[in-house]
Amino acid sequence: MPRLTAANERRARDTVGLYPKARSALIPLLHLCQEQDGHLTPEALEHVADLLDLTPAEVIGTASFYDMLFTEPVGKYLVSVCTNIACLLGGGYELLEHAEERLGVTTGQTSADGSFTLEEVECIAYCDKAPCLAVNWRFFGPLTNNGFDQLIEDLEADRLAADVPAHGTLCRVRREGGLRVTPAQIDKERQAMDAAIAERKAVADQVKARADEAKAKDEETAAQDKAAEDKAAEDKAAEDKAAQDRDKVQQAKEAAADQGQAAQPEETGPQPDQAAEGEQATAQVEAASEGAAEAEKNAEGKGRA
Amino acid sequence: MTADSTPSSPSPSPTSPPRIVTAHWGRPDSWTLESYLDHGGYTALRRAVGVHPEEVTAQVLTANLLGRGGAGFEAGRKWSMLRKAPTRYLVVNGDESEPATFKDHMLIETNPHQIVEGVVITAYAIQATQAFIYVRGEFALGIERMTQAVNEAYAHGAIGNDVFGSGFSLDVVVHSGAGAYICGDETGLLESLEGKRGFPRIKPPYFPAVMGLYNEPTIVNNVETMSNIPWILNNSGRSFADLGQGRSTGTRLFALSGHVKNPGNYEVEMVKTTFRDLIFDPQLGGGVRDDNAVKAFIPGGASSYWFGPDLLDTPLGQEEVGKLGSMLGSGSIVVMDDTTCMVRAAWRLVRFFARESCGQCTPCREGAGWLEKILRRIEVGSGREEDLDLLLDVCDNIAPGLTWPPKQTTICPLGPSIPSPVNSAIRMFKDEFLVHIKEGACPYA
Repeated sequence: MPRLTAANERRARDTVGLYPKARSALIPLLHLCQEQDGHLTPEALEHVADLLDLTPAEVIGTASFYDMLFTEPVGKYLVSVCTNIACLLGGGYELLEHAEERLGVTTGQTSADGSFTLEEVECIAYCDKAPCLAVNWRFFGPLTNNGFDQLIEDLEADRLAADVPAHGTLCRVRREGGLRVTPAQIDKERQAMDAAIAERKAVADQVKARADEAKAKDEETAAQDKAAEDKAAEDKAAEDKAAQDRDKVQQAKEAAADQGQAAQPEETGPQPDQAAEGEQATAQVEAASEGAAEAEKNAEGKGRA
Repeated sequence: MTADSTPSSPSPSPTSPPRIVTAHWGRPDSWTLESYLDHGGYTALRRAVGVHPEEVTAQVLTANLLGRGGAGFEAGRKWSMLRKAPTRYLVVNGDESEPATFKDHMLIETNPHQIVEGVVITAYAIQATQAFIYVRGEFALGIERMTQAVNEAYAHGAIGNDVFGSGFSLDVVVHSGAGAYICGDETGLLESLEGKRGFPRIKPPYFPAVMGLYNEPTIVNNVETMSNIPWILNNSGRSFADLGQGRSTGTRLFALSGHVKNPGNYEVEMVKTTFRDLIFDPQLGGGVRDDNAVKAFIPGGASSYWFGPDLLDTPLGQEEVGKLGSMLGSGSIVVMDDTTCMVRAAWRLVRFFARESCGQCTPCREGAGWLEKILRRIEVGSGREEDLDLLLDVCDNIAPGLTWPPKQTTICPLGPSIPSPVNSAIRMFKDEFLVHIKEGACPYA
């Protein structure tokens, strides 16, 4: 059984050249094997392992994970009927049932002549055309039973050859050329740009730092100005209060003196209530004096701060 | 003057914002370089390589472009998190396989050059060593058109040595997958790109921006995310951010399917459009098939919690859907009308997860299989009364507490997504399960 042909081996090597690490080419190479043989033959898998310096087990380990890769032969046409939610709502299971009848197989089987393999698949992202299906991953929908029969007839008569290549041929457009940029060139460019970005960032940081500094300075000046203003206002308030208090002391003293003088001519001794008034007045004087002293002290204290 | 001449309330016009990712759709040969150049193609790349890479990133940051793959992480922020190392890669995720999601498929087939342009711009912004476009294996036509586009872009000077005379050089490789849903997970995709089984990697330490392809720092971005980049460069990040609302900026391509009259991909402004607009607007979904009633709809792919008709007026925004206990996810919306058997719908979605579980983690590998078997026996009429509790118990073992977002018991989010359809169906349609069990048959069969 076939390994990759010489031409396909060249394609395989070109594909490997597109990736920084060879193993990344594994899935594309497995598609290439299916393009050549319709499915993955043991010999082709071994060949791929050789090309990528992997063990066959590593290759099969990857291949067996993916739904599109077949280690058993499949028909020329792989008919994949979707039954996921949008197709379920649109009649996907009814279509699948009809497909089984029309092709004479149960889901998962290949027709006796090897033309058709029928499978049920998960959503193939063609939901606005539900119920839909893919033939060798070319999409058709929405399909009635008659539409399905017509499609099969067209495939059997080879009328869709331009749209539907044989199973395994995923992409009929070849990449033109390998990588164009050498790793050295990339390194040079990226290093230069990284340096330029770093430099711009440093300059921007510097500008920002300078701006921040200036801003901080401005803020400090503003704070100082404000403190000075506040201090002036407070000083004035303290002075005003002290002056008021001094006035009060003066008034209280005068009041006390008046009361003392007024009492004497009439009586030899102070009347009890008058004496009480006098004491009250004296107390007021004292309180006022204390208040004034405190206000002055406060004003001083704040002035120092 | 009649009262009837004007609508009683201003109706949102979901089709008026600019078409960003679908701008070139419907043109003959839209996938060719010639067509792309005729409509302003590659001007954004010329613009981008003419400014500093940091400025390109700044535009994308301003745009607040949320990743369009499903997780919705901000693209510009992702780029900024790339570990500085001599070698770093850009990998584009075109492995779209979430059930009922078919937007990337159409973007790749319809306008591969727009993706290529986004790729080269992004590679320039992050100064990537090499870029890979991973296309889902099943997209045969897409792989052919993407390969052709890359060939043409080399010939045009948009890829290769000294891109448009800028002194920036880059190689781009189109890589085809081979059929595995799990490779849509970014670390599963990287494993696959390294030629291995698509086993997602444990994060940390394998955050791709730190340890990605070949353990080098790697940015993985979705195809639709890339398709938005050229427009942002041409029109500014500010203009992009002006579209949509809040955190969900720009337009988004929604894949609408199921029981609607006009299933298809629709590009609408985020948040300013609601599910009802999308499903019922004559220019969009056109209403439910046979004018049936909406029984439920899936707001963001198979992994999201279902919504009932009471939530049709929810805006199409990431946060808006998130705070109602589901997600906008991959942007695919499936409408189920009142003829739908919800047990069957839930079973089919769980069967998908059971088939696509990579098998690394027990809760996912075993749980999906158990759930699928229990749901199937209920659907065919062999269910037991205790099955509902059993289903929820298995779900709770996969995603403890059945919260949203789900708690993680596995390496990747596939496992914890499995309870979404099960729990949705039981919560919303418990009676339907009971009828299946009591009557020993599916009432819709």
